[in-house]
Amino acid sequence: MRRIYLDHNATTPIHPEVRKAVEPYLSEQFGNPSSIHWAGRDVRKGVEDARQAIAAFFRCQPLEVVFASSGTESDNLAIKGVAYRKGNAGKHIVTSQVEHPAVINACRFLENQGFRVTYAPVNRHGIVEPESVRKALTRDTILVSIMYANNETGAIMPIPEIGAIAREAGAIMHTDAVQAAGKLPIDFGTLPVDMLTFSGHKVNALKGAGGLIIRRGTEIEALIHGGHQERGRRGGTENVVGIIAMGKSFELLHAGMEKEVAETRRLRDQFEKELFGRIPALVLNGPPTERLPNTVNISFRFVEGEAMLLNLDMMGIACSSGSACTSGSLEPSPILMAMGADPTDAQGALRFSLGLGNTDADVEYAVSAIESVVGKLRALSPLYPSAKEAKAR
Amino acid sequence: MKGKRILAALSGGVDSSVAALLLQREGWEVIGISMDLYDFSKVTRDREGTCCSLDDLYDARRVCDTLNIPYYVLNLRDEFRREVIDPFVREYSTGRTPNPCILCNEHMKFRALLRKADELGAEGVATGHYAVIRRDPSGRCRLFAAPDESKDQSYFLFSLDSVRLQRILFPVGEMEKSEVRRIAGEAGLPVFEKRESQDICFVTDDSYTEFLNRSGIREQEGLFLDRSGNVLGTHKGVVHYTVGQRRGLGIASKEPLYVVAIDAEKNEVILGTENDTLSAHATVGRVSFVSGAPPTQQFRATAKVRFRHAGAGATVRVEENRLKVVFDTPQRSVTPGQALVLYDGKEVLGGGWIECESASRS
Repeated sequence: MRRIYLDHNATTPIHPEVRKAVEPYLSEQFGNPSSIHWAGRDVRKGVEDARQAIAAFFRCQPLEVVFASSGTESDNLAIKGVAYRKGNAGKHIVTSQVEHPAVINACRFLENQGFRVTYAPVNRHGIVEPESVRKALTRDTILVSIMYANNETGAIMPIPEIGAIAREAGAIMHTDAVQAAGKLPIDFGTLPVDMLTFSGHKVNALKGAGGLIIRRGTEIEALIHGGHQERGRRGGTENVVGIIAMGKSFELLHAGMEKEVAETRRLRDQFEKELFGRIPALVLNGPPTERLPNTVNISFRFVEGEAMLLNLDMMGIACSSGSACTSGSLEPSPILMAMGADPTDAQGALRFSLGLGNTDADVEYAVSAIESVVGKLRALSPLYPSAKEAKAR
Repeated sequence: MKGKRILAALSGGVDSSVAALLLQREGWEVIGISMDLYDFSKVTRDREGTCCSLDDLYDARRVCDTLNIPYYVLNLRDEFRREVIDPFVREYSTGRTPNPCILCNEHMKFRALLRKADELGAEGVATGHYAVIRRDPSGRCRLFAAPDESKDQSYFLFSLDSVRLQRILFPVGEMEKSEVRRIAGEAGLPVFEKRESQDICFVTDDSYTEFLNRSGIREQEGLFLDRSGNVLGTHKGVVHYTVGQRRGLGIASKEPLYVVAIDAEKNEVILGTENDTLSAHATVGRVSFVSGAPPTQQFRATAKVRFRHAGAGATVRVEENRLKVVFDTPQRSVTPGQALVLYDGKEVLGGGWIECESASRS
């Protein structure tokens, strides 16, 4: 069976160059980067080179990069780290209704610890407007955490404006850039942001590594206490292989992101155009333009996303729908609901996210498969008007 | 069968796992399915913080890994609430003792899942029930009790008709439990030693009232009366009682007392002696027959008035949309809200829901 991967916002395939870069660290380069001797020294060099490559990509200082196990851990470090350090100065946090669970649930946890959290709304395109952040700020606000781009809709948030507003109010600004990094140019040097989260496996590196960029002078409390690694901000022997991989990925992106993104965008636009051209009664969820170049989220009216997803899976096409609950079953996406989507539309939503390895032939095959699945499922739906009626509209 | 697709509904238990395995051996393209029906964390929170149902889904997933077949968890929570939980709560509040498992079979496993089978291009649905479907050459289907009487689940399946049975398979229906376990063990399925499930899945025995309270049922104290209307004491609210119940009444008496009737409207619970729990006949509503129609206007059958009931000889009279079932000898605890299922020997003819029992006093 042909297999086509259109779920790059969930995770990405490992870049062949990344694979090559980590190979020595799976054999001779086994040392502990904290060791003084030759075995440690070489590995330490690899880790610091990776840190430097990442700093070059984000235009920050190498020592501002703190490695952690994931985007989720980095978000937790940013949010709880500030809350624990600044809790005496204020007990209010502003975030949005469409954040990743790593942010939402870290905030919910803090609510149980005596913090107040405001979840700013989004507009109908899923964008957090700067004004809604401004309205949420209080004299007590210590932290604003708004994602750079949304994982489900690809909506790009106006982070420069929001960051400026947050800082003006004396709050620390954090942004989860896990989905944006590698897809949009990000200049931490000029961005009014104090902390930024990134992750390895979303950029063709390995699972199990992520990081937080913490601007010099921003004080946070460590969450993982142990050795002096990461200058005391994150204890535990480094995930060397994951860090090397991440360094390589961002090095490759630093050199060639523009070209790569242009190609992904071309394929995504082609995919989107074909779908909307060939299948009636589709709704685009998310902004038409202010959107990640690889993402498209579509509601297929009169069809359940779940049935679509499973049928496409059985035809070898990987995409995603809504959010999975603990059981692994699907619920209507809280993100689409926050955008004011019709609940039935939210239930019929699928996210396609393209990336490394996708081709024109993939797009063509996927569009045809989707067209046939939608046709089959709509034929079973009592709500769907007959083909003639649909055409007459 | 060859290459045809079928959904195997997996509970995480040994029976449905072996059902999926047997279908695969027959050459079906098997898709493993579990239903996400309810936020089980609500009912299991107090039990050492574990969530048994999520554990079951884990087991089902591991079985599918062993069989190397896809596995999906389908979200059917809205439907489950509408078709099973809401009626369950409604029945309780009217003083009846409902049977949610039959509703779940009818609406979830063999309606919602058959719809999913259509959506996924599958011929039908298979489960691990112990019951037997026989197909006539004409395509008509008949339903029979399992040969292993101790495992027979045909009582829970009475409301399926021939049309639906055509798309249902019970691969372990004719087997002995020990054989099912042996097959699971030999195939290395990770569930062969699992114990049987007992409770209604969304409410455990000791949490009925908590569940009903959460569902908006107010407990209101009322009167225990004897059959002549004399006050015997105060009850804790009708949802605590079921017809035939003897324990937990808290009334001192020379003879043991039983619940013989519940009047939810008046908020009264009627008590009587053991003899008073006997019913000579029962009226049954929402009737269905596997073949689509009763055999004749009046016929003989064996009636089961609850799952573990041995069955009683009875004469059945068809009256409009109801059945009048006259037992050969009076039966104990004929409980409104429970299903009455009619058999001809091993064959399930059909059945319905007990509306009101007419006690021997009539």
